[in-house]
Amino acid sequence: MKQFGGRVLFLDRSDINTDEVIPAKYLTEVEKDALKPHLLEDLKLKGFDPSGADVAEARVIVTRENFGCGSSREHAPWALEVNDITVVVAQGFARIFRQNMFNCGMLAIALPRGDIDTIFGLHGRAPVGCGVDLDGRTLTFTPAGAAPVSLPFELGGFDEALVRAGGWVEYADARY
Amino acid sequence: MGKTITEKIFEAHVRDRPFTGVAVLSLDVVLCHEITTPIAIADLVWRGKDRVFDASRIKAVIDHVTPSKDSKSATQARIMRDWAHRHGIRDFFDVGRNGVCHALFPEQGFIRPGYTVIMGDSHTCTHGAFGAFAAGVGTTDLEVGILKGVCAFRLPRTIRVEIEGTMPRGVYAKDVILEILRRLTVNGATDRVLEFRGPAVNAMSMEERMTLSNMAVEAGATSGMCMPDMTTVDYLWDHVKADYGEKPRAIDAFRQWHSDTDAAYDSVLQVDVSSLEPVATVGYKPDQVKKAAELHEVRIDQVYIGSCTNGRISDLREAARVVKGHPLAHGVRGILCPATPRVYRQAMQEGLLDVFMDAGYCVTNPTCGACLGMSNGVLAEGEVCAATTNRNFNGRMGRGGMVHLMSPATAAASGIEGKIADPREYLR
Repeated sequence: MKQFGGRVLFLDRSDINTDEVIPAKYLTEVEKDALKPHLLEDLKLKGFDPSGADVAEARVIVTRENFGCGSSREHAPWALEVNDITVVVAQGFARIFRQNMFNCGMLAIALPRGDIDTIFGLHGRAPVGCGVDLDGRTLTFTPAGAAPVSLPFELGGFDEALVRAGGWVEYADARY
Repeated sequence: MGKTITEKIFEAHVRDRPFTGVAVLSLDVVLCHEITTPIAIADLVWRGKDRVFDASRIKAVIDHVTPSKDSKSATQARIMRDWAHRHGIRDFFDVGRNGVCHALFPEQGFIRPGYTVIMGDSHTCTHGAFGAFAAGVGTTDLEVGILKGVCAFRLPRTIRVEIEGTMPRGVYAKDVILEILRRLTVNGATDRVLEFRGPAVNAMSMEERMTLSNMAVEAGATSGMCMPDMTTVDYLWDHVKADYGEKPRAIDAFRQWHSDTDAAYDSVLQVDVSSLEPVATVGYKPDQVKKAAELHEVRIDQVYIGSCTNGRISDLREAARVVKGHPLAHGVRGILCPATPRVYRQAMQEGLLDVFMDAGYCVTNPTCGACLGMSNGVLAEGEVCAATTNRNFNGRMGRGGMVHLMSPATAAASGIEGKIADPREYLR
């Protein structure tokens, strides 16, 4: 199973598509590591530095509605994975992106609007850490020097099985 | 309680229900292209499982960057070629026979009513036009599909889109789906199937239905489905007549895939096409739609007619009706990309290519290239394109470029005027 949790990268916009996560011009790469420097490089978002500095320390992304819409490219989760970002927390996901995350053994966690607002409320100058308790179904957000905020999340049985198996290939190969 | 077409297809294909609400389906066809398949192939090789579940059910094409533009795309093409060869995948379409996957595969008769279809491409929903459950997936799902012939889905609910009225002059399936997107928004159908129903759909050709279904994913939908009818049978006839002998028998067989009249729907969206006008998108999301007539101040640098949405022969004919006798505006580049070799040849024989070339268009080989900014028509920073494609995301056709989505007729009219234009005055 992958490692989950760490510093949060806040992307305060809905409908961030997979072209923005990893532009199509890199889809001719056949090695996942080649995607690493290009994660989110075309994303235009106030307060976000697309040069890679904001991505470097991040382990968790927190964002709004419909994250990962558009192209089915699994290069989007892979670009996250090779940057050690294995968790995305959002108000909602596009279906294919969400399935791709779990198929890779990573977490796409959907939370209600109010919880997402709460997490964005922690976003200030100090970095925010995110702990993931898979068994307890709890996310704990800790802004540096402030009190932690814990939020429950739901995870379907199938999604959890994929995460624990390390992905869909492992799961399906053992079963079908 | 009756069942929807999706529920019927799921029941007929379910292989396992590992968890509540999740069905592992057996697959009738697994479609592959050179962008999302090579990494699946490499992973299978790495795992020592370089096998395919059934070579006759795998269809593969090189279409996104073709002919290869550089060493990397050439490597992707070679990986596909070698893989198809070593596994005896006979339906592999290489340079000279290749075309845009979602136009080529239906044209070859690979998609049938009641089928389950996956591909590592979000616009796989196009094939729902045949009454198939067809869904875009990522590379891992594709990899398992290639190896095991199965794919897991959450059982989607269905939004019934009831389309009524008669299409006015200058209004096309593209305008209808853009209106549907405007109303549903870009995530209004997430984890849902769109079922396109009603007299306006019944009156549409398969090509028009494919345009509708193609953009279902732009509302987040898993698939966009139409009920198979005589239009479907006619389109597929050359490929299915050996199975059915006569058309009424095919119709009878396909009718099992109709949703029951008492099926349960998540919601119903009613659209009357009679009052629609030609439209185009503005901004960076496909649900941001305005009347073309209201966008006449928007200057364009390039017209692009092609793609899995609108690169079929009927699209080229409608665009040619507008283009005929009107050169491109000064400074505007026109690119025509017939979606398949058959469309290309047909357009040539009908004299359509002459119409476009006389107007100053460049006619390219069939490819997806420009639509996603990979090749054959990429935009420069600050450039604007009137495009018959399906995505207007920021940077989609090239970093800093702006894409306005519209019908082939509207794109053609825009090319004549150098600004987004209403095509109706060219269609008198």
